[in-house]
Amino acid sequence: MFRVTRRYWFAASHRLHAAPLAAEENRRIFGKCNNPFGHGHNYVIEVSARGPLDAATGRAVDTALLDGLVARQVLAPFGHRNLNADVEAFARTVPTSENLAAEICRRLKDNWAATFPGDWPRLEKIRIAETPRNIFEIEAHEIE
Amino acid sequence: MLITRRVEFSASHVCRNPRLSDEENRKLFGPAANPHGHGHNYVVEVSLRGEPHPVTGMVLDLKELKEILNRLVVEPYDHRFLNYEVPPFDHIVPTAENIARDIWSRLSPRLADGSGKLHSVRVYETPDLYVDYFGDETCSA
Repeated sequence: MFRVTRRYWFAASHRLHAAPLAAEENRRIFGKCNNPFGHGHNYVIEVSARGPLDAATGRAVDTALLDGLVARQVLAPFGHRNLNADVEAFARTVPTSENLAAEICRRLKDNWAATFPGDWPRLEKIRIAETPRNIFEIEAHEIE
Repeated sequence: MLITRRVEFSASHVCRNPRLSDEENRKLFGPAANPHGHGHNYVVEVSLRGEPHPVTGMVLDLKELKEILNRLVVEPYDHRFLNYEVPPFDHIVPTAENIARDIWSRLSPRLADGSGKLHSVRVYETPDLYVDYFGDETCSA
């Protein structure tokens, strides 16, 4: 059994602001991440899939197929966007990297079978580095 | 507890299955099937699982692991054309997956028991693509 991990990145802006909370409360919780005009990151995404070896190709994951899926579901909709303003999922949900990891995982999981119709490979986990020091990880089974 | 040692080697390869036609190989592997091959700076991370020895405080002396990795992996792989010079890649496509499995099979007799047991082999083909192999665990399909 193999785990294959592919790394991608995109640049996007966001603002951490929870609408139900007062301005003062938002500032206290999110600090400078709550600055009104937002700020940006180079997000580095690692996508891991698990599977057995395909005897003919010697590979466990067709990375070209994975690249296409990630490009359609993640890089195109999120790259060079304002996550709060441009991404429907963050219209009412704070675009923390926790929520971003869950949204990316959900998008890949929902579209996985169309790209990889067999039993294998399976999506295992998503890892997001918001900055080189802040890293978030979610396993696919955590998303319904 | 896991301990990990990293080594690097540079090698060339071509991703081509001799049982398939040129066209099928090109379709499967893209530019990686270009006939004269290409190369990578491979990075290998080998992790052992074990408990620290009560006296030395070490799972396995990492100098010893370094020596094993140099002898069993770096020496045979480094600055070689894998398909032509490093069996079993004369008949197995040298994908990162197969390289990870071959490294596992080279190391596991030496690290199957004792204070540090082989846990995983990670092979970076590029900084953006790596493979983890955990041995012949069965698929929980």
